[in-house]
Amino acid sequence: MSAAPLIRMRGIHKSFGPVKVLEGVDFELLAGEVHALMGENGAGKSTLMKILTGIYAPDAGTLEVDGQPASIATPADAEKHGIAIIHQELNLIPALSVADNLFLGREIQRFGLLDHRAMTRRAMEWLARVGMERLDPATLVERLSVGQQQMVEIARALGQNARVLIMDEPTAALTEHETNTLFKLIRDLRAQGTGIVYVSHRMEEIFALCDRISVLRDGHFVGTRPVPGLAFDEVVKMMVGRTLDARFPTRTPNIGDVRLKVEHISGGMVRDVSFDLHAGEVLGVAGLLGAGRTELARLLFGLDKPSEGTITLDGKVVTPTSPNDAIQSGFGFVTEDRKAQGLVLDLSLRENVSLPRVPAHAGLVDRASEKKQTRGLIEALKIRARDMELNVRALSGGNQQKVVLAKWLALKPRVLILDEPTRGVDVGGKAEIYHIINQLAEQGVAILMISSELPEVLAMSDRILVMHEGRATALLDGHGATQEAVMTAATGGK
Amino acid sequence: MTLQMTWSRMAPLLQRLGSVIGLVLLFIVLSIMSPDFLTTGNLLTVLRQVSINALIAFGMTFVILAGGIDLSVGAILALTGAVTAGLMAAGHGMVLSAGAGLLLGLVLGMVNGALVSWGKVAPFIATLGTMTLLRGVTLSYTQGSPIPVTNPSFALLGGGYVANLIPLPVIWMFVAFALCAFLLRGTVFGRHVVAIGGNEEAARLSGVRLSPMKLAIYGLSGLLSAFAGIVLTSRLYSAQATAGAGYELDAIAAVVLGGTSLSGGRGWLFGTLVGALLIGFLNNGLNLLSVSSFYQQVVKGIVILIAVLLDRRQ
Repeated sequence: MSAAPLIRMRGIHKSFGPVKVLEGVDFELLAGEVHALMGENGAGKSTLMKILTGIYAPDAGTLEVDGQPASIATPADAEKHGIAIIHQELNLIPALSVADNLFLGREIQRFGLLDHRAMTRRAMEWLARVGMERLDPATLVERLSVGQQQMVEIARALGQNARVLIMDEPTAALTEHETNTLFKLIRDLRAQGTGIVYVSHRMEEIFALCDRISVLRDGHFVGTRPVPGLAFDEVVKMMVGRTLDARFPTRTPNIGDVRLKVEHISGGMVRDVSFDLHAGEVLGVAGLLGAGRTELARLLFGLDKPSEGTITLDGKVVTPTSPNDAIQSGFGFVTEDRKAQGLVLDLSLRENVSLPRVPAHAGLVDRASEKKQTRGLIEALKIRARDMELNVRALSGGNQQKVVLAKWLALKPRVLILDEPTRGVDVGGKAEIYHIINQLAEQGVAILMISSELPEVLAMSDRILVMHEGRATALLDGHGATQEAVMTAATGGK
Repeated sequence: MTLQMTWSRMAPLLQRLGSVIGLVLLFIVLSIMSPDFLTTGNLLTVLRQVSINALIAFGMTFVILAGGIDLSVGAILALTGAVTAGLMAAGHGMVLSAGAGLLLGLVLGMVNGALVSWGKVAPFIATLGTMTLLRGVTLSYTQGSPIPVTNPSFALLGGGYVANLIPLPVIWMFVAFALCAFLLRGTVFGRHVVAIGGNEEAARLSGVRLSPMKLAIYGLSGLLSAFAGIVLTSRLYSAQATAGAGYELDAIAAVVLGGTSLSGGRGWLFGTLVGALLIGFLNNGLNLLSVSSFYQQVVKGIVILIAVLLDRRQ
């Protein structure tokens, strides 16, 4: 380890108009360390990383690379200093091959023509560095899994001699197996002296992987702590400025009769799944990515057509043929991707909330009752927005997710399907969403909660349905279930 | 906090007002440069010229807001005008003939909607196809020669005046504007149009039924094009097979000049009215200033590009 840190940022200030986003933030990254950057949504993590990668210029503060004062004014400067960022949304072109993507913008040429042979050879070297030597560089990127695509991105960064890798929620879309592969790679890179900034909300991962944690809160630097000996609660306290009483609030069980009965349903990759869901029950659906959980939700919500099986809601057989149909029957569906599927970002909070059912008489919008309904939901869900007329684009992730929930609460659904309800939501926001879920269950709503976060499934569910390759492999009692039992069923073991 | 709140609500408004500011500036400049500009006669003439484009552009606003495009409006205008004139020439009454024309426009628009929703054809391609097809149908129907209109009451529709001063087409334009603006702002239909353009998948998952909506949206565009066709036929005392050539582009220009995003989900109807007026007054001013018609096109093109570039700067 060299004497000077790879990166040293000191007293970084940044404002956008009157809004102070960063106020005197320090950050230091050593060679050969994995350094977690944590903080609630809106704490300033992304802005700090955008300054480090030359997308924004700081208003004040100094930046050193290898102990030398450096100026990073453009993304090209960042690249020159060996700083690369792997975005949450991957930046590969699906219709081009792996090799084409690796060399995009820096193609190797010979006599003004593309030198495919040289690029293929080099691509194989780069892929080998990320443990993907078995991948043919001629494969089209669209054929790769999300995890593989991420490896290709990392390979591209390393190929450009990156010494500093910034990873933004890298495991958000990865399977367990892919996550393990990624962690192995990160540890290898650390051993080779690469400095890694790891931005994530996933506490378990950070404790397993990282050497130090730096926390930002509301644009202020709270502190840097070494991970060994650090308590989970202390990090939470640093992030939110208070201890959360409990990560998972408790609920008074109020389980009623069977509301939804699913019998031998098949369709797409879902095969012969049966379960009951009671009024007031939270049924967790666990499984690995690609186990068919979202597909099951799509069948129930009329997005895909079941090839077999029956769905019975309150004793009546229903066959939803469209989302509209499912909504009329009493289903609500909080989709996993709120930006692509849940919200119309350029519409106001009010307009988004009332999208499934606009308060209206004979087709004419009743603006007064729409506003009243929105105000009620903003209060009930504690949505933090200055104004219900603001576009939801301006809200933080947690508040956006609450708007998606509010949309469905306005309808008073009988069955609410939640697909990854807390993805990309910070710790404080998560607790609030859990609280909302509990309240709904107490009011008698039947809740089907798909989640990839095991602690969440275990703590929130009355019962847990585990899926593996399209089949239901276990139905566990939520209160006695262990992480091991769920994982065993999720991986197809007995 | 308060300052920021005001600003965040004001910024989109200012951006929207760009076209209005442009129109006002143009108005002032033309008033100074040409003594003939600011006369009641001239202003009303421009309004009348603008009315046909505005009627079409109102329908186009809905289509574009919903993330689509309708290239067939000019062709629908020509065919419905010809059919209306043809029915009257065959001895049918004015109400039945015009009613048939409007119905035809509505149905043709809904065919576009069906191609886009059920056929899953990209709107540009679907309406390019119907545009070409309908042009051919119109040429066959008219055999290429104009169909004269002799009914004097029908001629009033496009050629009449209110209080001997205001041309009737101008009245139609403002009535259609009021109705469409209300449809967009005050009804569930309008809300769903914007939602579809903003995020079609989110709208669908919220229970918005896409196919009926698209049939209605393109149907509305066809209906307004047919109405424009009838007014134009009335004003010219005849229906021409080639009427409305290039009108689709004028309508799109008016919508875009008005600040509606071509990718859908953002826009307003008042902007479209302003956009149509901008194009109309620009043409008028360049004529008054005796600018050659060759250069007029150049100026129009530059104005459109500047407007779009300003819109991009956000």
